[in-house]
Amino acid sequence: MKLHVLTTVNGEATEFLCAPEQNLLEALRDELHLTGTKEGCATGDCGACSVILDGRLVCSCLVLAAEASGRSIETIEGVARGQELHPLQKKFLEHAALQCGVCTPGFIVAAKALLERNPDPSEEETRYWLAGNLCRCTGYDKIIRAVLDTAAELRGETR
Amino acid sequence: MRDEIRYEAPSSLARAIELLGESGARVLAGGTDLLVQMRSGRATPRVFVDVKRIPETTRIDLGQSELWLGAAVPAAAVVEHAELARLWPGLVEAVDLIGSTQIQGRASVGGNLCNASPAADTTPALCAVSARCVIAGPRGQREVSAEQFTTGPGATVLGPGELLVGFRIPRPPARASDAYLRFIPRTEMDIAVVGAGVSVALDAAGRCTAARVALGAVAPTVLLVVDAASALVGSRGEEAAVTRAGVAASAAARPISDKRGTADYRRRIAAVLVRRAATAAFERARAGGSA
Repeated sequence: MKLHVLTTVNGEATEFLCAPEQNLLEALRDELHLTGTKEGCATGDCGACSVILDGRLVCSCLVLAAEASGRSIETIEGVARGQELHPLQKKFLEHAALQCGVCTPGFIVAAKALLERNPDPSEEETRYWLAGNLCRCTGYDKIIRAVLDTAAELRGETR
Repeated sequence: MRDEIRYEAPSSLARAIELLGESGARVLAGGTDLLVQMRSGRATPRVFVDVKRIPETTRIDLGQSELWLGAAVPAAAVVEHAELARLWPGLVEAVDLIGSTQIQGRASVGGNLCNASPAADTTPALCAVSARCVIAGPRGQREVSAEQFTTGPGATVLGPGELLVGFRIPRPPARASDAYLRFIPRTEMDIAVVGAGVSVALDAAGRCTAARVALGAVAPTVLLVVDAASALVGSRGEEAAVTRAGVAASAAARPISDKRGTADYRRRIAAVLVRRAATAAFERARAGGSA
């Protein structure tokens, strides 16, 4: 039997049907067609499926879709404002902080959560915060630089 | 027709216990172990009992004499709680070692204990701070100490229909503190080769009046090493005393050899970690501990 789940996704009241054992990542992609959130490992190791659940950064592959009932979810689709990219997205492009792009939505969602908690993270803090996001293309340096540069820009500093 | 799989999110302990009596029922807290086990086919729950809508399991309540830590409180909530970090720095550093930021958004101390991995980071830290585990079940509530909770790899004292509700942790006295150290071959996101939790309480002269030493990943369950604690009591945390505690820990360890390290290596590391964790606990306690 399918469950009827009422939830909030990127600020909008949303509903979907899911199986009890279905995970949130599958519901986002297959039921709501929000395919920006990616499946990497499906075991919580790679962070490609990162979303914000009630203010906390989580792997959507390790959340049951049914758990979303009455909760609030933010995904990569909610990061840009219409056609205007989020500063993190612009900096990822500027620094060429991606190649294949599969890990990128997870990195953006995770980095946004970091900057909302800590507007001035050190490089070490940034690397530890993002240690649960794996990238097999860039070697991470460009990603870290893009995040730190975004933080500086959001603080009103120019680098 | 095969039974339907169900998802239940009870809002009371009584209802959760009722549901856990059903065949194939599994507790769902942070899901960071359960959903991975489902993926690999090791777990096939028929009824998910999501315990995160129950007030008792999701609450942090710092009282005059003790802390209530709900079993399903996510690690991130523990790590963010400044008072907890001040009162139990060792326990909080153990919680902060678990997984990535994403995992800490979901994984709980209760889940870490119930998963019963011999290498669980929070279990030695819980033992060091004398945590009591509150269990609810069909025949009412009972309590066991953290060192009694696991009975083997993947095995606990929980009986049919029973649920770990949370932990009662006594407030440390003045000049008392704790520390947790683990060894892994890299700096982040790995499973302990050895873990060591130590707590000490000092008198006004800086002499240790009580100590607890617990080891992870060197036996089928966490080990509370009384001989190591005895080596610290009466000392001021001098090199000789913390070294004796390390030697006692090494002697008590009963490790296996596996891909993370040989048994002999683990015994040596146990001595080093206990020595260092004890030194850190003494330093913190002298700096005022919880006072």
